[in-house]
Amino acid sequence: MNFRFSDEQRMIFDTASAFLAEVSDSAATRAAMASDAGFNPDVWQRLCNEMFWQGLLIPEDEGGLELGHVEMVGVLEKAGERLFSAPLYSTVLATTLLLRMPASDTRSALLARILAGEQVAVAHTRGDRDWATGGITASVTQDRVTLKGSSRFVSFGHSAEVLLICAHDNEQQLNVYGLEREHPGLCCERLATMDQTRAMAQLTLSDVTVEPSACLGTDVEHVVEDVLNVARILVAADQVGGAQAALDISVDYVKERQQFGRTIASYQAIKHKAADMMTKVEGARSLLYYAACIADEWRAGYADSATLAEAAAMVSASAGEAYFFNAGTGIQLHGGVGITEEYDIQLYFKRARATESYLGSPADHREHIARLLLDGD
Amino acid sequence: MELRFTQADELFRAEVADWLSANLAGEFEKIRYRGGPGDEHHFVEERKAWEQRLAEGGWTCIGWPEAWGGRGASIEQQVIFNEEYARAGGPGRVGHIGETLTGPTLLAFGTEAQKSRYLPGIRAGQELWCQGYSEPGAGSDLSSVRTRAEFDEASGRWRINGQKVWTSLAHESQFVFVLARTNPDEKAHKGLGFFLVPMDQPGITIRPIPQLTGTSEFNEVFFDDAYCDASDIVGEPGDGWKVAMGLLGFERGVSTLGQQMLFQTELDEIVRIAKSNGAAQDPALRQRIAEAHIGLRTLRYNSLRMLSDNADDGSLSRESMIYKLAWSSWHRNLGKLAMDVLGPEAELLEAAPYELSKLQSLFLFTRADTIYGGTNQIQRNIIAERALGMPREPRGEAR
Ligand SMILES: Cc1cc2nc3c(=O)[nH]c(=O)nc-3n(C[C@H](O)[C@H](O)[C@H](O)COP(=O)(O)OP(=O)(O)OC[C@H]3O[C@@H](n4cnc5c(N)ncnc54)[C@H](O)[C@@H]3O)c2cc1C
Repeated sequence: MNFRFSDEQRMIFDTASAFLAEVSDSAATRAAMASDAGFNPDVWQRLCNEMFWQGLLIPEDEGGLELGHVEMVGVLEKAGERLFSAPLYSTVLATTLLLRMPASDTRSALLARILAGEQVAVAHTRGDRDWATGGITASVTQDRVTLKGSSRFVSFGHSAEVLLICAHDNEQQLNVYGLEREHPGLCCERLATMDQTRAMAQLTLSDVTVEPSACLGTDVEHVVEDVLNVARILVAADQVGGAQAALDISVDYVKERQQFGRTIASYQAIKHKAADMMTKVEGARSLLYYAACIADEWRAGYADSATLAEAAAMVSASAGEAYFFNAGTGIQLHGGVGITEEYDIQLYFKRARATESYLGSPADHREHIARLLLDGD
Repeated sequence: MELRFTQADELFRAEVADWLSANLAGEFEKIRYRGGPGDEHHFVEERKAWEQRLAEGGWTCIGWPEAWGGRGASIEQQVIFNEEYARAGGPGRVGHIGETLTGPTLLAFGTEAQKSRYLPGIRAGQELWCQGYSEPGAGSDLSSVRTRAEFDEASGRWRINGQKVWTSLAHESQFVFVLARTNPDEKAHKGLGFFLVPMDQPGITIRPIPQLTGTSEFNEVFFDDAYCDASDIVGEPGDGWKVAMGLLGFERGVSTLGQQMLFQTELDEIVRIAKSNGAAQDPALRQRIAEAHIGLRTLRYNSLRMLSDNADDGSLSRESMIYKLAWSSWHRNLGKLAMDVLGPEAELLEAAPYELSKLQSLFLFTRADTIYGGTNQIQRNIIAERALGMPREPRGEAR
């Protein structure tokens, strides 16, 4: 038993911190938010060339680094700390899905494009409260497939070169299709959202026809469910990083600010809030590292889907609430400046809100756990 | 990151489990799962005998060096022992204060003579200890202890006068370690000494304090010209604070996973009741039960991080600073959850006049979890000051 990072892992995370400090400071985040695409393409190219995070999970024989979810989660945690605005999560999600599809030339070609710095996004849901898969249907005939419908909250769908589309066919089986962004009939537009650091798109398909060879996997509902549980763990990493940053910037602020002739950090009401923030983020982080280990075991075939789902539900509930608590409390500790556009705490607050309801709310995740514990005998 | 224990550790686990299943049987069967927090008054004699059985098997003080009768067990092995002990339903340990507090303190700060005098009795499970820190005027602010220790030239011994309070298991102990003032002209952390004092003497009076549970696990202890030998001070006069604080760092989380196993047993019982009485259909209770489950798993991975970080340096990691606050708050909430799952049934005693059920004890006694060993407020002060670098609390003038 050794529940700590190796020296190599620490090195990866230190490098990540240094890179993100350079490319994702407050000004860079705000510039990315204000841009049409919601990210800076030069930064993305640098990330792909210098950091190679897009290849972190890809096996060596496909040209990747073949590292694990522990490394991935550590990098995403650093990205969350910096409010990083880039198609990193979306590309990792697409990669995870692709790697669970049967090996094929089409799959290898897509992985190669990801390695080369192209973006791939996943459309998997209508984007309703329950986040169920669906929204798009596939009518399959011998020589063609017709895709129809829409999908919301496609992370960085508007800038992706390729879209992976999860669609139910005539038999209600879930299949995955790969489509070029330019494909006729496919329209993908960025949604106007309250949090502007994680761009989201809406995808609409009106009678899009594709060759049967565009299908990457058939009858993969369970696979997609597993992949979405990995996605929840990836999002939780962002939340833990954000919750840590919200604590850090708030503590820095209260140490500077003077009222009643002393720094406000010396007031116990403030100290105790900060202590609670730390307790929440450390708890969420402990679950996060557990969940990352489980994702690696799942990938290696040692952990089953139920174990993965349990881990994802636990960490999503915990990290989602920790982030929102820390960012909300952080605004309170800032006083009036917490309500200004100028201070970053509001950006964390908005990202906390957005991620907390993405792929299920904390209450949904707890209900998942409740079903495991309480239903059936 | 490795979630699993090594094969060697798993062999050690099997050895512990085998020994426990062979020995925690027969005459000891009836003390399984007994004597834990809130239940300390039960089976005391049997548990003392059990302590000696453990000692004969070489299962007391396993983390101590071999030279003092321990096994020099690694942190992992100590964790495993505690886990297996809990899994087997091992009873509350009457010797835990000596084993986890007195022993390590003497190993770190004691003289060879003190070690030879006191370690074997603890190791053999024959000499039990209690902790004499708190006083009526010194609770959270431990450094304001007033109990006085003077060197008596005539007898060549230390003479102690004063009062301790909330002293757990004083009535079962042969010795108490006492934090007392050696220099009355010095305040707060200065001028204190750390003394090893026999309980069985005319100068010591023990008065049990009835608790909200109707039982009394803690006591008042009065010192009226009590004595200990000149050699029974640990360190020098004036070192008391350093020794007392050192002691608080020794436990290092090795018992946390075992403790969590007991928590799991409690949560399982609550889940069982919820499924049988309809509470499992209540959406609000479902959320709280799930939250309890998530919270307990959080404690587990917190502990694993804490134990892994401890592995190479002795300093307290960030995770260990939050641990007391996290587990005590979780456990206190569990006590209330148990009552809410039971509903009106929660009121009914096992028997008159005041025999509590396990869950009632849990509910009442978990209110103490957030008080002893540093209250939740004190824990938050520690986190804010030591982990987050925020200013220290101002001190008033001592009255
Ligand atoms: C079941 C049990 C067993 C115990 N066993 C032992 C034992 O064996 N040996 C021993 O020596 N002691 C023992 N204690 C004593 C325990 O360590 C003290 O109760 C504890 O340290 C708190 O001190 P106090 O009771 O004097 O409360 P106080 O210090 O008076 O605290 C009262 C309230 O004020 C708050 N408070 C105090 N100071 C501050 C501050 N600076 N900032 C914010 N809030 C503050 C506290 O959090 C608490 O809410 C035991 C206590 C219990 C409940």
